[in-house]
Amino acid sequence: MNALDLELEQGDFALVTGPNGSGKTTLLRLIAGLAAPTGGELEVDVPRAQIGFLAHEPLLYRELTAVENLDLYGRLYRVSERRERIGMLLERFGLWRVRAERAGSFSRGMLQRLALCRALLHEPELLLLDEPFNALDTEGAELLDRELAERRGSATFLVATHDPARVEPLASRRLVLA
Amino acid sequence: MTAYAGDVLTLARKDLRLELRARDTVPAMVLFVVATLVVFHFALPAASGDLAAYGLLWVALIFTSLLGLVRGFAAERDQGLLDALVLAPVDRSTIWLAKALAMLAFLALTQAVALPAFALFFADVSWETVAGVALADIGICTVGTLLAAMAAASRTRELLLPLLFLPLAIPIVVGGVGASIVEEPGRYLGFLAVYDAIFAIISWASFEYVVTE
Repeated sequence: MNALDLELEQGDFALVTGPNGSGKTTLLRLIAGLAAPTGGELEVDVPRAQIGFLAHEPLLYRELTAVENLDLYGRLYRVSERRERIGMLLERFGLWRVRAERAGSFSRGMLQRLALCRALLHEPELLLLDEPFNALDTEGAELLDRELAERRGSATFLVATHDPARVEPLASRRLVLA
Repeated sequence: MTAYAGDVLTLARKDLRLELRARDTVPAMVLFVVATLVVFHFALPAASGDLAAYGLLWVALIFTSLLGLVRGFAAERDQGLLDALVLAPVDRSTIWLAKALAMLAFLALTQAVALPAFALFFADVSWETVAGVALADIGICTVGTLLAAMAAASRTRELLLPLLFLPLAIPIVVGGVGASIVEEPGRYLGFLAVYDAIFAIISWASFEYVVTE
């Protein structure tokens, strides 16, 4: 990744597009602190506890149930009223009836919904979403549309996607990587 | 309970629960150590005596622990979960400590079978040997967990981990065998305790660097 100059303000909704290999995922990993830049300057004025990251992988333990996965992250992120928040997110993303089933038995779309619950669990100030609509069915995509629209303005978003039309109306900044 | 201890407990409980569900590490370790002792039983000439048997016990324990350590970060590695743990707002050394504690539990379970099996095939197990094994386990878990995290990032992790771990396990074998066979084992047990303390501090302090670099 070269010659990238980007400054995000609180509440921005930045849409990142570009062909495969252009560095969309790398940019998100750099901002999340999961990779270190080899040159240039990177400053993220958001504490680690306030970053929500949705990666290509769902970052969920397949042997744990949906509730156990969220409970683990809820404890690590010190989420207050953890159980209520977990229940609310599972309801909202249509996973309440499978809350006691292991994540390993979920379809790819259900895993993506659970991964979204994980990323949103601690109500982060900065949300880094890498291909958030991947594997979601129509209902799941609409749920995410609603979630993004509701949170727009209250959190800062950086959304990398191959399908920009879906979030284009929400975007306040557009970044095209070549 | 401090936040640090709470995080360690949360992560260790997760590792124990994963093993309870998957059962792919402890059963393999138990089978391996028993099979190894059986092989040694038939391989060791009858006249070789107890000294050689104690040496073989420690060989079996070290290689069994290696088997567990290779699986130590399997869930995180296979599902890219180390990113999620590194991203969580916890002291990164809690990840190491929780893994080391879980591994200690796996080793204790394995040795609860291995030591009686050794007594059955070879010779009595003295309290000095048990104390040596307990101290050695702490050393194995502290060093081994750090090295397992380093190796997890490599494509050749199954080859890399033994290459990194076995040289560092030599002092454990020296201390463990010494504690098992001499009449006054205090010096060897002390040596193992010092090894544990030094490598626990080094591993605790360097884990963050290992997982972020």
